[in-house]
Amino acid sequence: MNPETFSADTVIDAVSAVFMVVGALMSLAAAVGLLRFPDLMTRMHAATKPQVLGLFLLLFALGLQMRTWWVWPVLGVAWIFQLLTVPVSAHMVGRAGYRTKHLHPELLSTDELEAVVQQAAGKRGFGDDGDAATDRR
Amino acid sequence: MMQLVLTVTTVVLSLAAGGAIIRIARGPSLLDRVLAADVLLAIVGAALCIDMAVNRHLNNLMLLVAVSLIGFVGSVTVARFVADRREKSRES
Amino acid sequence: MNRKRISLRQELPLLVWLVIVWGALWQNFSPGNLLFGALTAVVVARLFYLPPVELGGRFNLLRAVPFALVFVAKVVTASFQVLYLALARGPKVISAVVAVPLRSHSDLLVTATGHVTALIPGSLVVEVDRSTSTLYIHGINVRNADDAARLRKDVRDTEAGLIRIMGTQAELSALNQEAGS
Repeated sequence: MNPETFSADTVIDAVSAVFMVVGALMSLAAAVGLLRFPDLMTRMHAATKPQVLGLFLLLFALGLQMRTWWVWPVLGVAWIFQLLTVPVSAHMVGRAGYRTKHLHPELLSTDELEAVVQQAAGKRGFGDDGDAATDRR
Repeated sequence: MMQLVLTVTTVVLSLAAGGAIIRIARGPSLLDRVLAADVLLAIVGAALCIDMAVNRHLNNLMLLVAVSLIGFVGSVTVARFVADRREKSRES
Repeated sequence: MNRKRISLRQELPLLVWLVIVWGALWQNFSPGNLLFGALTAVVVARLFYLPPVELGGRFNLLRAVPFALVFVAKVVTASFQVLYLALARGPKVISAVVAVPLRSHSDLLVTATGHVTALIPGSLVVEVDRSTSTLYIHGINVRNADDAARLRKDVRDTEAGLIRIMGTQAELSALNQEAGS
């Protein structure tokens, strides 16, 4: 083994090692957020989003470790699936959480949705209105 | 060096999984538990990823994609169900 | 069947994406495999019919690359911000639900803006009003009206970036007029 490839290998290894540790820390951040934050909505911020970065870093480290070009498209597809699905599930859980009043009003500085909800509830049921709006999508 | 990384990430991910399990056990509502289960699934995915990177194989890659998609379907279904149930109870 | 006919040109981005996914999952980009993937994609798109996404008809790659880089940078900084908030502020964090009226009324742009906003930590789409294309966003650590205004401006900037990448010509000229005035 000549010294030059050895050093390049070391650099790649070091970068992927750092990425892996930071990626794992992102999972820990999600868990800390789950335990520390007061209500469902703030917990969702901590739980879903750091995973996007965490998985990105881990997949990147994996791609660096494999050292072949054809793994990159698979890793890209895996990450794009994550990008497409995470906001949808976060939105669904968040919407259900808002409707079932899973938040503490004293921890909100403003709530511009509430007035709209009150108005809609006056006209017709809030649940019907919101569901109709989202089902059409 | 890979051995050290493996040790560190194992400890970190175990702590994270422990935190998620505590939230599943304690979570005041169903949605909290769903959220924590989602995080637990993501931690499993992270562990699969690290295993592949350290041992340099790709056997778990399809499993990783499947796990993230199943987690998505699961949490969407439960969120839908929770919203439905509340509306029914409000109407009746 | 009362299906709206989809032109091949409109369907092409979907088919290309399906072929890429096929090749990536097989980890094999040889011409034969890609051809079979294309056949499968056409069959799947015919068999499992979905209403077509109405694209703006243009895609600006020069704008898309910096946008993607800025997006990744934002995701990184905001992830650490949320980690800091979880450690330092914890149970006392103040958040808000902010209404953000968007310029565009196309489903694609509203969805894309919502996705990008939701992926950047610290903001979460709670409700979408499709008729007025307003996003209701739950922002973490939004303590006063200034923070709310900043969040609103961020989301509208994201939307402006997306319009520059793939909005229709009419939306683009409206945006340029707004920037000029």
